[in-house]
Amino acid sequence: MAEGPRLAVVGAGPAGLAAALAAAARGVRVTLVAAAEQAGGQFYRQPAAALGAARPQALHHQWRTWERLRAGLGRHLATGRLTHLTDHHVWCVAADPVSGTFGVHALRGPAQEEGVTVRADAVLLATGGYERVLPFPGWTLPGVVTAGGAQAMLKGGLVLPGRTAVVAGSGPLLLPVATGLVTAGARVAALVESAGPAALLRRAPALAAQPGKLAEGAGYAARLLRHGVRTLPGHTVVAAHGTDRLEAVTVAALGREGHLRPGSARRIRCDTLAVGHGMLPHTDLAETLGCTLSGTAVRVDDEQRTDVPGVWAAGEATGVGGAELALAEGHIAGCSAAARLHGSAPAPRRSAAAARARRRLREFATALDAAFEPPAGWAGRLPDDTVVCRCEEVTAGEVRRAVDPLGAGDLRTVKLLSRAGMGWCQGRMCAPAVAGLAGCPLTAGRRPFARPVPLGVLAGLPDTEAGPPDAD
Amino acid sequence: MNPLELTRARPGAARTVTFDGRPLTALPGQSVAAALWAAGVTAWRSTRGAGRPRGVFCGIGVCFDCLVTVNGVPNQRACLVPVRPGDVIRTQEGTGRDDG
Repeated sequence: MAEGPRLAVVGAGPAGLAAALAAAARGVRVTLVAAAEQAGGQFYRQPAAALGAARPQALHHQWRTWERLRAGLGRHLATGRLTHLTDHHVWCVAADPVSGTFGVHALRGPAQEEGVTVRADAVLLATGGYERVLPFPGWTLPGVVTAGGAQAMLKGGLVLPGRTAVVAGSGPLLLPVATGLVTAGARVAALVESAGPAALLRRAPALAAQPGKLAEGAGYAARLLRHGVRTLPGHTVVAAHGTDRLEAVTVAALGREGHLRPGSARRIRCDTLAVGHGMLPHTDLAETLGCTLSGTAVRVDDEQRTDVPGVWAAGEATGVGGAELALAEGHIAGCSAAARLHGSAPAPRRSAAAARARRRLREFATALDAAFEPPAGWAGRLPDDTVVCRCEEVTAGEVRRAVDPLGAGDLRTVKLLSRAGMGWCQGRMCAPAVAGLAGCPLTAGRRPFARPVPLGVLAGLPDTEAGPPDAD
Repeated sequence: MNPLELTRARPGAARTVTFDGRPLTALPGQSVAAALWAAGVTAWRSTRGAGRPRGVFCGIGVCFDCLVTVNGVPNQRACLVPVRPGDVIRTQEGTGRDDG
C-alpha cells in the first residue's frame, strides 16, 4: 500500500489527468474519480473498448499529447500510486471539519444507484464544462443536437446523427465538429458561424499572438474546403423545421447591429443540426463546498487554489479556455497540491513553463470570447411560443411574463414564477436563454446535488459528515 | 466512409435488442442512444406537457432530454447507459411511470 497524503481528483479530462500525474509524481496518493469508463474527458473521449477501434486518432487531434497522458496514467496505476475509479458519478464533495478531510460522494455504475464515498486530505476539481445553446424556434426537434454532443456520440459510439448536417452557432468548437462529421462520412451542408469576419479582425492582434492556434483553425478550414463544405460567417440559424424530426433549417445573415438582413433568409435541407454557442463551466461541486465563484467560473489563485483550504480547481471549471489551457492549469494545480500536502510551497521554477502557457492561453481565450459573443438582439428575436426550458416546456413568452408584469429580476425568481430551470437538468440548458430574456446576469446555479441521487443512497449516509468508510 | 471504417473498428459480435417491439442490432460498447442512432432512430421520449418527441440533445448526460425506458425502468439517460444483449427499449411517455 502506497504511503503519503491522499488527493482526490474529480474528472479525468486533460486538467484532471495533468493534475493527477503531477501530484502522483510528487509523492501523493491520488484517487482519480471520473464518470466515464475510460480516461480522456470530452476532449479525448475514447471509443468504447468493445468497439475495437484500431485508429481512434482519426477522430482526434493532438493525439501525441493523449498518448503521453495515457502512458503516464499507466505508469502510476502500475505502481499503485494512483487509483482510477471509472464509472463514478460524483454528486457532492463535503468537507469534514472534525477530521480535516473530504468525502467525495459518488454514484457507481451505469444505473447510478449505488453510493460510494472516497476520503481524501485534499480535493482537486477538474469537472470540465458543458455546452451553451441559445434557443430558436424548432430547437427541441429530434435531430437538433449540441455540437459537442454530436462529437461525443461520434468519438465515443462511432455513430453519426444523420446523413446531412448543418453545424451552427458560434465559437471555436464548430470547426472541429464539422471536420469530424465530414471526415466520418456525413455531408455537411453548411457551417453557420454568427461571428462575422469583422468581429474576428477586431481581435486580430490577440489572436495572431497564438500562431499555433491559428494554424490549427486554418487546418480545419482547409479540410472543410476540400470536402466542399460551405461556410457562412456572419449568419445565424433563425428556425429549425420539421414535424416530428428535423427536416430543414432557415439561416439568415446578421447585420452590424445584430438584426437579420432583409431578404437574406435561405432554407437548407438537413436531418441534423449540430449547434452550440460556447461552453459553460461545471461549478456545482465547488459551489457546494463554499468556493467563491467569479462570474460563472470557480475563482482560483496563481497555484489554482480555490478560497476553500484544501480545494484546488483546474481546467474549464475555472474558466473555459480549451484543452491546452486545461493541461497547463492541471499541471500547476497538481504541483501545488503535492507541495502543500507535504507542508511546503511549490517551487515556481518547476511549473514556470506551464505558468507562461497559462497566461498566454488565457489571453487567447479572452480574445476568442469577445470575438464569438452571441449576436446582439438574439433574445428579442425569440418568438413568445418558443420553448426555452426544455425540461419543463416553459416558453419565451412565459419567461417574459415572469419579468413583466410579475417583476422577476434574476434567474431564481424567474424559476419560481415560471418553472424555467426547475426540471431534470436543473437549469443547465436554459439558464443562458432565461438570463438573456430577463436581461439579468447569467449566474452559476446552486445545486447541492450535482446529479439526481436515489433516496436510498441518501438514507444510507451516516449522520456525521465523516461519511461511510473508504471505498475500496 | 463511416465512423467504423474511419477508425478501423472491429467490434465484437452484434447483439439483438428491441425498440418498441421491433428488433434492432446493436454493437457492444455502444450506449443505448448510439445503438438507436445507428438504427436510424432519433426520438424515444414524448414530453410530459405537450407530448412532443425528444432524443439526444447534449450527448454527455447533462440535459436529460434522452430519457428512455430500458427493461421496464424509466428515466434512463440513453446517452450514458450501455446497451446490453436482449435489452427491451421502449419510448418513454411523459414521466414513464404511468404507461402500461
